[in-house]
Amino acid sequence: MNIFMYELKLYRKSVTIWSISIIALLSMFMTFYSNFAVDTAMMDLLLENYPKELLKALGMNSGLSLSSIAGYLAFLFTFVQICLAIQSSFYGFQVLSVEERELTADFLMTKPASRRRIFISKFMAAFAGLLTTTICTGIGIFGSILLFRDGHPFEPDKIFVLLSSIVFFQLFFLSVGMLISVMIKKIRSVLSFSMALAFGLYILSALQKIIGGKILGIITPFNHFEAGYILKQGKYDTVQAAISIGIIIVSLIMSYILYLRRNIHSL
Amino acid sequence: MNVIEINKLSKYYGKARGIIDVSFNVEEGEIFGFIGPNGAGKSTTIRTLLSLIFPTSGSATIFGKDCIKYGPEIRQEIGYLPSEVFYYDKMKVIDLLKYSASFYKKDCTKRTHELAEIMGLDLKRRIEDLSYGNKKKVGIVQGLLHEPKLIMLDEPTSGLDPLMQQKFFDIIAEENKKGATVFFSSHILAEVQALCNRVAIIKEGSIIKVEDMNTLGDVHYKKVIVKGDQLNESGFSFEGVTERKAEAGKIQFYYNGDINRMIKAISSEKIQDILIEEPSLEEIFMHYYK
Repeated sequence: MNIFMYELKLYRKSVTIWSISIIALLSMFMTFYSNFAVDTAMMDLLLENYPKELLKALGMNSGLSLSSIAGYLAFLFTFVQICLAIQSSFYGFQVLSVEERELTADFLMTKPASRRRIFISKFMAAFAGLLTTTICTGIGIFGSILLFRDGHPFEPDKIFVLLSSIVFFQLFFLSVGMLISVMIKKIRSVLSFSMALAFGLYILSALQKIIGGKILGIITPFNHFEAGYILKQGKYDTVQAAISIGIIIVSLIMSYILYLRRNIHSL
Repeated sequence: MNVIEINKLSKYYGKARGIIDVSFNVEEGEIFGFIGPNGAGKSTTIRTLLSLIFPTSGSATIFGKDCIKYGPEIRQEIGYLPSEVFYYDKMKVIDLLKYSASFYKKDCTKRTHELAEIMGLDLKRRIEDLSYGNKKKVGIVQGLLHEPKLIMLDEPTSGLDPLMQQKFFDIIAEENKKGATVFFSSHILAEVQALCNRVAIIKEGSIIKVEDMNTLGDVHYKKVIVKGDQLNESGFSFEGVTERKAEAGKIQFYYNGDINRMIKAISSEKIQDILIEEPSLEEIFMHYYK
């Protein structure tokens, strides 16, 4: 428990900043919503004139109208996802590598704590941090909808399904980040790694939507949990979600095994 | 009883040598020195015992238990101080020590404060504001606060001023008297001579010798450099002088024996400057194992 509590404290500041930023982002976007919704027909007509590829890349091909709450949320949720992806991969790359980079591993690992306990505590603390962000994101979504919906209807149950997808989405980046961090010798800059992973997979997903191709879509969680699909159907795309969960499990198991065998070198 | 038993322990980093077939035992209650030049494999051995790194082959037991398999359990009774100390910069000293104590099953509050007092450590400061020497003190306190049965020190005195070194060795000697076994590595022979009962000498990854300190005790090599314009080289050929080298205005040699005799012997020379220093371990072994 002591490692978990110590680690949890480390996330306090970062979780607060990310949560506030995401809530601010959501509120900012939602304030524009009433303008979009004023003239539904106009808006849809306008979008029809946009190139199809662009709409696809922005995830607006689900058939939901941008002037409906669900359609608007599906559109802006991509930006929330990018934020969550950066945060989750940052934690992923950081959580196991930080002690070695800052040379505190000698302190922690010569204490009577098994690698297993260290791994689980660290993972749980990072996950708890991300979960807090998810809850704040939920508050942000519902809060901003209630404040700015201007009388337009929305379906809370479908939004809850979308919210639940965030947990897997975060776990994907967290676990893949952890796996990469134990596979390579030393991560010098956590930020550049996490930006690369988050944006890389986002661009991959956008590309896949424009040029098609199944294989490209398989590895990016931006495809696994598409807001448009979830908000329209009210459920996950089963195959895509299963792939995501599969990748999460494999990454976690492999990073656990590699972490247990890892040599901690001195200076 | 042997507290540490090392059996043919080898570690390779890819193809690079770490240690090769290292075997020796450390008995309960002794202060065991582990000396060798830098890069000989001292840290590799210690880090393997602490299961920070995993051996390529061979095994080691501590308190009769395999050091990898029962690592966490064994480490309840081990105190470790590395040569370079790093702690969580943002923490206050007291919080770090409390965090450290929280890993052990016993209450360490009293001993923590005792040790901090002896070392003159300010508990309220942040780690990042501490000087290197003070960080080292934090290291000493966190390594000993749970009154371990086995104390492992990896070149512990680097970065400590002589006064602090003395205090540190006093604490170690006291812990030893209370029953703790001490295993400590160093590349300074004098330090090992002052403290240890037995010593293992490691060179290029292999143990050359495990020896009783009484045998090594008579070796007191000093490196002497004498400067002067009118030095007479034949005046430096008394007993105990080896490896004498004469250059323009300078004579250098190693001396093993009674310092008073040497001072007397060279007092008739006209000397401008004299430097007497501890030879490096390599230099000693060059002579000792010739």
